Amino acid sequence: MENQAFHILDCALIAISTGQKAQNLRELRDQLRDIHPGCLYYHFWGGLLHPHFDDPEFQNDFAVWAWRNMHDRKIAERFAIIDPNNFRDLEDLRRELLEIIEERLYESEHVPWVKSGEEFYFIRSQIVIFETGKEYHDPEGLLETIPNMSLGSIYYHFIDSRRRTEGNKNDFSIWLSNFADSYIKLIEDLDNIDPYFTSLTELRNEIYFVFTHYFKGGA
Amino acid sequence: MDSLLEQYSRIVGNEVIDHLKQLAHPLKGVKILHINSTKEGGGVAEILNRLIPLKRELGLDAEWEIINGESDFYQCTKKMHNSLQGNRDDIPSALLDTYENTNRRNFERLRSKLEAADFVFIHDPQPAALIRNCNKRKGKWLWRCHIDVSHPYRPVWKYLREYIKDYDASIWSLSTFVQPLSHPLYLIPPSIDPLSEKNIDLPEKEISDYLDSWGLDRNIPIITQVSRFDRFKDPIGVIQAYRLIRNYVPVQLVLAGGGASDDPEGKEVLSEVKAFAGDDPDIHILELPNNANRAINALQRGSDIIIQKSTREGFGLTVTEGLWKGKPVIGGDTGGIQLQVINHYTGFRVNTPEGTAMRIRYLLKHPDIMETMGKNARQFVLDNYLITRHLREYLTLIVAFKFGSEEKIELKLPT
Repeated sequence: MENQAFHILDCALIAISTGQKAQNLRELRDQLRDIHPGCLYYHFWGGLLHPHFDDPEFQNDFAVWAWRNMHDRKIAERFAIIDPNNFRDLEDLRRELLEIIEERLYESEHVPWVKSGEEFYFIRSQIVIFETGKEYHDPEGLLETIPNMSLGSIYYHFIDSRRRTEGNKNDFSIWLSNFADSYIKLIEDLDNIDPYFTSLTELRNEIYFVFTHYFKGGA
Repeated sequence: MDSLLEQYSRIVGNEVIDHLKQLAHPLKGVKILHINSTKEGGGVAEILNRLIPLKRELGLDAEWEIINGESDFYQCTKKMHNSLQGNRDDIPSALLDTYENTNRRNFERLRSKLEAADFVFIHDPQPAALIRNCNKRKGKWLWRCHIDVSHPYRPVWKYLREYIKDYDASIWSLSTFVQPLSHPLYLIPPSIDPLSEKNIDLPEKEISDYLDSWGLDRNIPIITQVSRFDRFKDPIGVIQAYRLIRNYVPVQLVLAGGGASDDPEGKEVLSEVKAFAGDDPDIHILELPNNANRAINALQRGSDIIIQKSTREGFGLTVTEGLWKGKPVIGGDTGGIQLQVINHYTGFRVNTPEGTAMRIRYLLKHPDIMETMGKNARQFVLDNYLITRHLREYLTLIVAFKFGSEEKIELKLPT
């Protein structure tokens, strides 16, 4: 049976304010209890596609806010280490956040807070996914196209894919696994790329490096 | 002559332009109308000047119209602008009548276009009341707010809100600016145009010629604030900062600005600034006409540090311009400056003339740090604040409106 082609998709995101905000940790907890689940998506993943200061030190907006604005190092570190892909769905992720906050509130003498103007603003997003018309049947053919893929495509196939696929995989690895055992090493190397603590541009370079190394034997 | 898109691809890369073309594909022929109150002066006009031709090149049927009025109208909208940014400035009912009548008159003039457009983007408060007159509108109406409305003077916001609430959505530059409304509240930061006269690369000779013409010495550090003469930009605070450092390091201060045609308060502030500066030969107050874009470009490129010591700020496009020219920026800790000036990375955020003075001295003492910050600054704008990103977000918003309101919208290529 012929293998399916790899269709390159692209995506773009638009942010929407919910108008809800939190000025201290208790308000953050209260808002998180029933905030739109799209906010969790935006603050963990979507921010990568929105203008921002690349701060690979932190991978989600909750950690950045706790560190930079609330100056609560403990909870910032606990937020920062959350890998959203380890949770079955957004509700599980929400419960984890709430537990971390409850724990911190329990051990704090005061409720950590920020000054006016530095509140945490809850944002959700709409994402538009579109076909590029580009398709590849041969994995080596992808090699030349990766450096020219938009950051939206990198996001869709390497980050967003983890929400859509069993085992939280990237789309390249899933497609390559259709070729029996032909590309086991390439799949391993792609799976070993940590998609966090980096920017989309750097991620594109890492993926390109792995493909180049596999097919050309060097960078 | 290359197309506009080809010219941009040389700066941002082909993949960014391909991305825009694909996103715009399902929007071919869609009628889009932008309305604001001035064709020149101010960041809104600058953005629209390029956004419209780009949308057209991508196949959208985009147009830009302005509303016009008498001096009372601009006096009213200036008061609105100030009040929305927090000044307690009550607007007499006679001026509000002028505001409503001017909008009504402009609606009659633009009626056919307003009624026919698929998407109408109304920029800022000046034309906001047009919607009340357009009973036969066919398209979606979106109010685009470019100013900091985080702490408005409530009576004025309440007045304006009566119009804004009728829009299908509103667009804000930052989440901190957003006021609660029952329609979707989109977030789109503005941008600069790298191909405009104000931002394009200039030959060194041209930069030197401009600086010479203003009597500036390139061997002495030049500190510059470019902005309208507006109290929220705190030009007096900048002069105070300069006075705190001039005994420590030789430095020249430039305050450059022009008026926008919708800003009657500028002259008054300019007189105050001139009086405060006195006859200090190292303070250069440049009154530049609205179209002096190349001169501003040269001034920013010839400066060592860019200042934007605003106490209230919308997004602060002059900050973006300074960063794009590879200069560290010292900016007021407010509005969109917080998004662009990252302490120790692209510049410093400050709260007082004293803080401004301290940071200027620090940077002048460490030219290596200034250079690193300058490189960071340019890359930061390339990644986040060029017009191509702005356009992408407008297109995404239009697609989102046209093809459904779900969180995830999947578009197929036409077969």
